[in-house]
Amino acid sequence: MMLGITQKDKDGWVVLELSGEIDMATGPKLRQTIVHRVQDGDTKIVLDLSGVDFVDSTGLGVLIGGLKRTRSHGGDLRCVGLTEPLKEMFKLTGLDAILSKENKTPEDIEGFSHD
Amino acid sequence: MTKGITLEIPAKAEYLSLVRAVVVSAAGLDPAVEDQRIEDLRLAVSEATTNAIRAHANLGSDERITIRCGLGDDRIEVEVQDRGPGFNPEELKEVGPLNEPERLQYEGGFGIPLMRVLADEIQIDSADEGTTVQLVVYIPPSS
Repeated sequence: MMLGITQKDKDGWVVLELSGEIDMATGPKLRQTIVHRVQDGDTKIVLDLSGVDFVDSTGLGVLIGGLKRTRSHGGDLRCVGLTEPLKEMFKLTGLDAILSKENKTPEDIEGFSHD
Repeated sequence: MTKGITLEIPAKAEYLSLVRAVVVSAAGLDPAVEDQRIEDLRLAVSEATTNAIRAHANLGSDERITIRCGLGDDRIEVEVQDRGPGFNPEELKEVGPLNEPERLQYEGGFGIPLMRVLADEIQIDSADEGTTVQLVVYIPPSS
């Protein structure tokens, strides 16, 4: 399965709507997308994971790398739309403490407009 | 094991989703296996196969990774065998919880700890000629 990435800009945030799986095969595509956006000065990034069916430890590494990269440039990386299996995995690894909020959609993030 | 399948794949990341799909389908043959346990197995097998692919990084492309999935009355066993250079599981670096700032320096180190949590049994046999990871998930008795 591939990883689909749809990019949107909203209220100063970049929203990456992801679909498919994030693993060793597809992780580099997400990593590159985040790197390019940060290089372009877009350091506030939301990952909408509601269409993601599977994330493994390589995918987690990409998320942590994205978090470090955005924060080191004065921005942030948030995850929204976690499915139950993803929530469980975030909890198992402790990633929920640093990356995941209980936001269901990008609009739940503070500062987002509701339209 | 009374039933089982064997897969041999090239050590390439694009085969990971195929391995997951086959193991999930095989585990689903027994209706007693709960969906959550199939998810656990899916992730654990993916981690083991990812490690095997990494272990093959410096090998010729002919060397394949073998995945055996066996279905017993009370358990599912999956074995992932690579021909990589091997490692000592006892010497793996301990990584702390993610909410410690220094942990964020490492983007890896989740694979084996995750497998240990997800599987009911895990055995790692590693030598110079390769590594075999055996993962076991128990099947609850039928009511």
